[in-house]
Amino acid sequence: MIKAMLVTSIILISIAILIAVLRIVLGPSLPDRVLALDVIGVNIIASIAVISVLMNTRAFLEAILILGILSFIGTIAYSKYILRGVVVERKRNR
Amino acid sequence: MKINDVILQTITKVVVFIILTFGVELFFAGHNSPGGGFIGGLVLSSAFVLLFLVHDIETVQQGIPVDFKKVAATGVLFAVGTGVFAVLFGSAFLTQTFLTVNLPVYGETELATVLLFELGVALTVVGTVVTIILSISEDV
Repeated sequence: MIKAMLVTSIILISIAILIAVLRIVLGPSLPDRVLALDVIGVNIIASIAVISVLMNTRAFLEAILILGILSFIGTIAYSKYILRGVVVERKRNR
Repeated sequence: MKINDVILQTITKVVVFIILTFGVELFFAGHNSPGGGFIGGLVLSSAFVLLFLVHDIETVQQGIPVDFKKVAATGVLFAVGTGVFAVLFGSAFLTQTFLTVNLPVYGETELATVLLFELGVALTVVGTVVTIILSISEDV
């Protein structure tokens, strides 16, 4: 019973990732694509958690943490690029 | 107009320490579980990249007055030094050894010279990644 539920949730998460990929390809503006990338990151983290429950192991928890960190930094970098045009500034107050 | 991003800077002050702690934890994960020098170095360098993103280059270099090219060079020196040290004792290059000691808190612990090699690898990765990020993202 619980296994069928977990497999169903993985399938649904995969469909969500596919829809987000569609948004990246079709997306009219740059913020749409950035938001879709963030959605993909969150969905990948959720699917890793479901898989680690399914396989009854704790080996993937560090992968979840690393993916969370990288997704966070990537979203910040894209947002800063949209907002200011540069990613790493030499001097602020402009 | 002066841009003011208080929320991002306040969040970063907490998150950077979480990332640094996780990087050190991955570095000490050793050779029996996922982790090690390379991955620990990558996570540590992502913390530095986050600092460089949120603040600017000059502010971060006031706080961390380190030339990251020299960090990478020091790491290579450590990593090669452990190899040459084994040659001085008549073993093959990069031969590693370990000893088991009885520490007060941790109990029986295995101290290996691989740790020094991994420290070199981690320093090299931190220096190289931060140098690459700063080089390719310089505003003209």
